[in-house]
Amino acid sequence: MKARVIVTLKSGVLDPQGKAIEGALRSLSIEGVSAVRQGKIFDIEIAAKDRAAAQRTLGEACERLLANTIVENYVIEIA
Amino acid sequence: MNAAVIIFPGSNREADVARALRQVASRPPLMVWHADHDLPHGVDLVVLPGGFSYGDYLRCGAIAARAPIMRAVAAHAARGGLTLGICNGFQILCEAGLLPGVLMRNARLRFVCRMQHLRVENVATRFTRGYAPRQVVKFAIAHGEGAFEADEETLRAIEDNGQAAFRYCDADGSVTEDANPNGSQNNIAGVFNHSFNVLGLMPHPENLIDPLVGGIDGRPLFASLAA
Repeated sequence: MKARVIVTLKSGVLDPQGKAIEGALRSLSIEGVSAVRQGKIFDIEIAAKDRAAAQRTLGEACERLLANTIVENYVIEIA
Repeated sequence: MNAAVIIFPGSNREADVARALRQVASRPPLMVWHADHDLPHGVDLVVLPGGFSYGDYLRCGAIAARAPIMRAVAAHAARGGLTLGICNGFQILCEAGLLPGVLMRNARLRFVCRMQHLRVENVATRFTRGYAPRQVVKFAIAHGEGAFEADEETLRAIEDNGQAAFRYCDADGSVTEDANPNGSQNNIAGVFNHSFNVLGLMPHPENLIDPLVGGIDGRPLFASLAA
């Protein structure tokens, strides 16, 4: 099974990298961008008996390693 | 005092920590490999040194925090064993859940490497009893991800319990925004856990143990651990 985990910073958490990217877009004259937040994507191959089982395993993976839930949120997408 | 220094792939300050410990303790520290499952018998103090464990992959300290030895370190800390994390070691302790909060990218995005004044905030602990209350010390800092951040409730608990160990300040001891090198909340440079047997700090006390190389402001920290 193929899955994608998306980890993003919680709102309110300072994201200086996102801010720097935002500034760089402005200096390229790319118009209309009002905010950028940087995150991470993990593409994962997982063997599981069904989607619910994969969801559970990946949920544990996120809680224990892929995200630091103090400052990050995660979304799990299973293909 | 029996000290153990944990070495992760990418640690690079273990020799400096060992040198600081040799100055104050009668026995040299034991160097322990991250893949070991147990700490040597009778260890009183565990130190996680600075460096760039696992190349800072995923998040600083995140991979090292899941190394086999960290279960033993967590058990040691839970028993009340003294545990010190410096720089990357601080990041690892936060990622392992042994200290509150998290270290984020410096607010101005720059790696900062310089001397920095700190104010000692709580001297009633095994780590800091060698300092005077609110003493201003000068340590080296060298990090790119040292912005201490915690949610509102956690931060309030840290302040209410006196868990802030050191704050970034100016030469007069004033805790100001200008004196904050990385955007840490409340200028926090180091924190204790709620039972004060675990300390993490971004600055490097192990650099300041010899008058020949910049001062000895770090020595009381190691001396009070050994006493």
